[in-house]
Amino acid sequence: MNERQAARMRMRGMLRKEFLQILRDPSSIAIAFVMPLFLLFLFGYGISLDAKHVPLGIVIEGSSPEAASFAASFEHSDYFIPHTYRTVQEAEAAVVRQEIKGLVWLRSDFEENLLSQNVAPIGVMLNGVDANTARIVQGYVQSVWNTWNQQRSEWDGSEFSMPVGLEQRVWYNPEMRSRNYLIPGLIAVIMTLIGALLTALVVAREWERGTMEALMVTPVTAKEILLGKLLPYFALGMGGLVLSVMMAVFLFGVPLRGSLLPLFLCSALFLVAALGMGLSISSTVRNQFVAGQIAIVATFLPAFMLSGFIFDINSMPGPIRLLTHLIAARYYVAILQTLFLAGDVWRVVLANSLALLVFCAFFLIIARRRTVKRLE
Amino acid sequence: MGIHLAGLIVKELLALLKDKKSRVVLIAPPLIQLIVFGYAASFDLNRIPYAVLNEDTGAASRELLSRFEQNNTFECVEHLESDGQIKPVVDNKEALLVLRIPSDFSRRLLSKQTGPVQANVDGRNSNSAMAALNYVQVILSEFNADWIEAHGGRLPSKLVVRAWYNPNLVSRWFIVPGIVGILTLLVTLLITALSVAREREAGTFDQLLVTPLQPVEILLGKAIPAVLLGLLEAGVIVVVGLFWFEVPLTGSLAALYLGLLLFLLSCIGIGLMISSMAATQQQGLLGAFLFMVPAITLSGFATPIENMPEPIQWFTCLIPLRYFLIISRRVFLEGATAELLIPQYWPMALIGIVCLFAAAFLFRRRLS
Repeated sequence: MNERQAARMRMRGMLRKEFLQILRDPSSIAIAFVMPLFLLFLFGYGISLDAKHVPLGIVIEGSSPEAASFAASFEHSDYFIPHTYRTVQEAEAAVVRQEIKGLVWLRSDFEENLLSQNVAPIGVMLNGVDANTARIVQGYVQSVWNTWNQQRSEWDGSEFSMPVGLEQRVWYNPEMRSRNYLIPGLIAVIMTLIGALLTALVVAREWERGTMEALMVTPVTAKEILLGKLLPYFALGMGGLVLSVMMAVFLFGVPLRGSLLPLFLCSALFLVAALGMGLSISSTVRNQFVAGQIAIVATFLPAFMLSGFIFDINSMPGPIRLLTHLIAARYYVAILQTLFLAGDVWRVVLANSLALLVFCAFFLIIARRRTVKRLE
Repeated sequence: MGIHLAGLIVKELLALLKDKKSRVVLIAPPLIQLIVFGYAASFDLNRIPYAVLNEDTGAASRELLSRFEQNNTFECVEHLESDGQIKPVVDNKEALLVLRIPSDFSRRLLSKQTGPVQANVDGRNSNSAMAALNYVQVILSEFNADWIEAHGGRLPSKLVVRAWYNPNLVSRWFIVPGIVGILTLLVTLLITALSVAREREAGTFDQLLVTPLQPVEILLGKAIPAVLLGLLEAGVIVVVGLFWFEVPLTGSLAALYLGLLLFLLSCIGIGLMISSMAATQQQGLLGAFLFMVPAITLSGFATPIENMPEPIQWFTCLIPLRYFLIISRRVFLEGATAELLIPQYWPMALIGIVCLFAAAFLFRRRLS
């Protein structure tokens, strides 16, 4: 038996052992298949930044045809559920009770001002606690007002027209469905979790149980131990990914405009990086408790907050922006959002894949260094 | 009983804090995360890279564009020459926004017609796209008002917008009180979820059982140290939020701390329940994860609960963080009193008590 045959046999043995271990404790299979299904389902429906049917107070102090026509344009909007009040005090109390998100205030002299040479002020007051929603609502009010102005000038034939009109074209996502960009990002967050969870404990467990020492007396090399840990979990993780992509496209209707080959190649790269990170943690601390804690702290929240999945990276302060370069999910989110929504934009895909490649190499080298066949 | 319990609490605190590795894991990450996430997690756009394609040679377009140049939020990255250049600039993410001004823009404005400005936004992140369009709209509105005034016209009405509680609409004021809840949840889960499973694997759990301690006492011995550590860490986080991020605290600290205490009770209840169900640390970790990830994502921390479909809104009622986030934000920003927050207090207390009882029950069943 020559050396290569022996190596192949050892490798096959290692893989068989790991596969059997996975089959015996079904929690790994649950992590790889049930978790993406459950999380994507829950989050796909649950996470949305599209404010619709916002309860908004309309205060009409003195009823007049003009005030009624302005108030009616809120009725017709899909974005608001208008509640009418007679006085601004009543509406303010409703804001404090959290019944409405804000109010639009038409004073008693609204029509008088509108028809005379004065400017009629329309008060808009918003609950600013949720600043993002408040800003979205402000944009909606502004567009209702713009439309109303335009219609008014068409009806009464006045010559008034706004000097500059905004013609907006939102590329890749014309209806601005937030789900279209959040779901590809979620796939990245979920894959980060799966990758780290699958491997974070496996090596630490062998050290704690002493089975690592049993492996050491066999002719298996450190590289083979590592590959034996990596390959089965890689197969599981890719299975989970295929499931996630299918759910995104068929259940949530996210358009997939790029091609499948770059999608799976980039995902494979990312998965190796994530598994490598888990293995590095696990073989560095060799203690399930600490490895588990590090995996929780180092994966989910950074991938959630710093990957550009939901918060815009461009707007973070400089040092934090630099820090995001250390989060592998950041590159994967950029790739996924581009491949799903924009198509095969090679410059974005290749540049980010290169970064992922660096992560793979880094974590695999760390894991390799830490897996030494020696007792301390 | 008191002495036994006190001894157990001291033992648990020592077990958590004596080992340097686990001490570092408990104390350093929450603080680092608070600082990093406090800066990172924001929906405000501070830097909008944009490109311009100006086909107009008149003065009006120059005046309009100078307003974008003077604005600190907008950052011009490129002047384009032709239509064909727009697509690659957006595709490659060089600019979030491309403004295109057609050649008859100034002429139309001078003849009292509407001159269109085309805003092409990268919709790959549609929330940023919408925010960017709102910022553009603000600049255009100001330009319009000034233009009309300068050219002897009159705007029939105008919007006067004011925001309560957060006048400049800083989303950090919304996020930082939320991070207080997230990090507190994280720390208490880390302490409690693996605690029983770890002792079970190490065999020290059997030693605990042969002592004269009652199962309830063992449970309390696990819960009380977690409450103490949680209160301490949350206190530090609140102080950092107040003085480092300068989020105003308009309500009473007492209302906040009452909420915090009930929140800790419910988190610890859930953590101990997971812990007493788990046979191994891996299961405990998995359980903690399976609870924490949805609990954070669906709590209303980043995306509002009102935007969720009804069945998921009901589901969020089981998430203690949901209630604490409301308390934290309302106390910090709206100055809410304890009375106003009663609808948030009692569900957390209920969740906490039910989970602790369930934990005690599972605990006892495991013993026999």
